[in-house]
Amino acid sequence: MSAQTEQPTQNLSRRDFLNVAWAATGALALAGTGAMTLSFLAPRVVEGKFGGIFTVGAVADFPPGSVTPFNEGRFYLVRLADGGFLALYRKCTHLGCAVPWDPAEGKFICPCHASAFENDGEVINAPAPRPLDRFPVSITDGILSVDTGEVIMRDHPSADEVVYEVS
Amino acid sequence: MTEQLDPRSEQITRRIRDSIERDDLPLSDDRSRMRYVMNNLVLHIHPSKVARPTLQFTYTWGLGGLAILLFTILVVSGVMLMFVYTPSPETAYNDMLALQTDVQFGQLVRNLHHWSGNLLVVVAFLHLLRVFFTGGFHPPREFNWVLGVLLLLLVVGANFTGYLLPWDQLAYWAVTVGSSLLTYIPLIGEGLSNLILGGPEVGAATLTNFYGLHIAIIPLAMMMLISFHIWRVRKDTLTIPRGADEPPADRVEKVTTIPHLVRIELVFALVMIALILLWASWVNAPLEAAANPDHSPNPAKAAWYFMGLQELLLHFHPFFAAIIIPGLGLTGLMMLPYLRFDQLTEGIWFRSSKGRRMALVGALTGLLVTPGLVILDEYFVDLPALLPSLPTLISNGWVPLAGLLLLLVIFYALTKRLFRATQDEARLSLFTLLVTAFIVLTIIGVAFRGEGMALMWPWEALA
Repeated sequence: MSAQTEQPTQNLSRRDFLNVAWAATGALALAGTGAMTLSFLAPRVVEGKFGGIFTVGAVADFPPGSVTPFNEGRFYLVRLADGGFLALYRKCTHLGCAVPWDPAEGKFICPCHASAFENDGEVINAPAPRPLDRFPVSITDGILSVDTGEVIMRDHPSADEVVYEVS
Repeated sequence: MTEQLDPRSEQITRRIRDSIERDDLPLSDDRSRMRYVMNNLVLHIHPSKVARPTLQFTYTWGLGGLAILLFTILVVSGVMLMFVYTPSPETAYNDMLALQTDVQFGQLVRNLHHWSGNLLVVVAFLHLLRVFFTGGFHPPREFNWVLGVLLLLLVVGANFTGYLLPWDQLAYWAVTVGSSLLTYIPLIGEGLSNLILGGPEVGAATLTNFYGLHIAIIPLAMMMLISFHIWRVRKDTLTIPRGADEPPADRVEKVTTIPHLVRIELVFALVMIALILLWASWVNAPLEAAANPDHSPNPAKAAWYFMGLQELLLHFHPFFAAIIIPGLGLTGLMMLPYLRFDQLTEGIWFRSSKGRRMALVGALTGLLVTPGLVILDEYFVDLPALLPSLPTLISNGWVPLAGLLLLLVIFYALTKRLFRATQDEARLSLFTLLVTAFIVLTIIGVAFRGEGMALMWPWEALA
C-alpha cells in the first residue's frame, strides 16, 4: 500500500519497454521501406523529351498574334498582339484532353467537354476550372526556349507572365 | 496377431496412386462422399454437406461462382496474352495487330479476355445486388460484405489498367480522362496522378506501370481477397432462402455436397463457358487507330463503367463529381452492414412482401427522376449563371448536392409515410433508387452522349 502511494506512476517494465521498442523499430523499418518504394517508383525525366528544355526558334519567326503548336513539347507558343510570348501547356485543365487551337474562332476549343480558352489561356467556357497551364519562356540573343519541366498553374492570366524581347 | 498391411506388398502403381489420391473412387456412400470433400484441395472450399434450399438456382443465381469462373478464364487467357505482347508504346499496338492477324487463335483469346473482363464487372455488381436484396450482409456476415466491395474495386482497377494496354485511341484517351479525375483530390491529387502515370501525361511510363499493376499486383491482391471471401462464406455458410414474412426454419434438410452442389456448379460452369466462347467467337473486342497523343477524339469517353461518373462531371464541379459523390457512395456501401436493423431478414428477397413493392417504387422513381434531372440541368437550369457571385465550387457543387440530398431525405420520409414502410423497407427503397440512378447515368453517358458530349439519341451518338 505505502509503496504505491510513494510511487504513483507505474514504472515501465522491461518487457513492455522492449515490446514498444520492437514495435517502433518495425514501424520505422516499414516507413523506410515505404519511402524507398515511393522514390523507386517516382517519375523520371528523360533528356530531350517532353519534360526537358525546348529551343523553339528566333523571335522573328513568330508574327504577333500567332499561335504555333509544338507537339513534341506538348505546348503552344503564343505571341500576343503586343509582341509578348507565352508557352501554354496543351493539356485541358478539365480532364486532360489535348486542346487544339481553332484559328477560325481565334480560341482553344477542347473536343472532350467543350471548354474554350482565349489565346492567353483564360477560360471563356466552363467546365475547365482554371486557365491553361503554362511553361516558363526565356529569350537569349533573340532565340526562344521553353522549359517543359515546370508546369505552372494559375487562377488567372497576368501581364507579368508574358515574356518580351529586351532590345 | 493382427493383420498389418504392408504398403510395400502392393503394386508400385497402386502405391503411387494412393499417395496422390487417398480416397477410393468411385465414391459409393454418403460417408465417403463427405470425406472426399474434406480431403480434396479444391473441394474443401465447400462444406461436406449443404442445406438443400441454398441449392435453388434462383436464390443465388450462381453469381459468386460465375465470378470465380470468369477470374479463372481471365488468368488463363491473360497469361497467354503475355507471351505475345510487349508493354511499350513502340510495340504495343503492333502486337495487337499481330495478335489479330498472325497469332493462331490470337483474336479469340483476346476476345475471351476482353469480354470476360467486362462481364466480370457486371457479374460482381449483380452479385453485390443479390446479396443486398436477400439480406446476406446481416451479422455475422458484415465484414464479408466489405471484402466483397473491396473485390469489386479491384475488379474495376484490373479492368481500368487493362484498358490502356492495347494502346489505341480508345485506350489512351479513356485512361487520360479517367486518371484526370484523380487530380481533383485536394493536396495530393496532382502527386498521386503523377505517380500512377509516371509523369504529367499518359506515356511510356504509364504503360509500364499499368502493365505491372494489371498482371501482378491486382491479380495477386484479388487471389488473396477471393480466398478470404470464400473462406468466410465457408465459415458462415450460405443464408437459407425463405418466403416473405416467414420466420427462419428450425431444421433445414442437408444433403451431401457431392453430387448435389458440385453437379450444379459443373453444369453451370460448362454452360457459361460455352456461352462466353460462343460470344467471343462472334463479337470482336474493339481496336481503334493507334494512340495519338496529339489528337483527342470527339467525344473522348472513359471506360463504360466510369461513364456514370463522367455524366456526373457534366453536372457538378469536378471535385464533387469525381471525389465527394463517389466517396460518399463508397463509404455508404462499406458501412451499410453496420447500420442498425430492426430485424434480420437474411434469406428473404426484398426483406418482406411490402419490401418488394418498395424496391419497385425506388427503381421506378430512379428511372423517371434521373433522366428528368439530367435534362433539366442540360437545357433549363444553369446554376453558376443563376448564382454569379458564388464560386462554381459552391454554385455547381454544394448547392446541387444539398438539393439532391434534400430530395433523397424527402423520398425516404415519403416512403415511410405514404406506404407505411418500416425503416428497413424505406432504406431498401432508397438503395434501389440510388442504384437505378447510377445505372441510368451510366446508360446516358454510354449511349446518349455524342459529339462534344451533347445529349442525343443513341442512333446519333453511336453512329
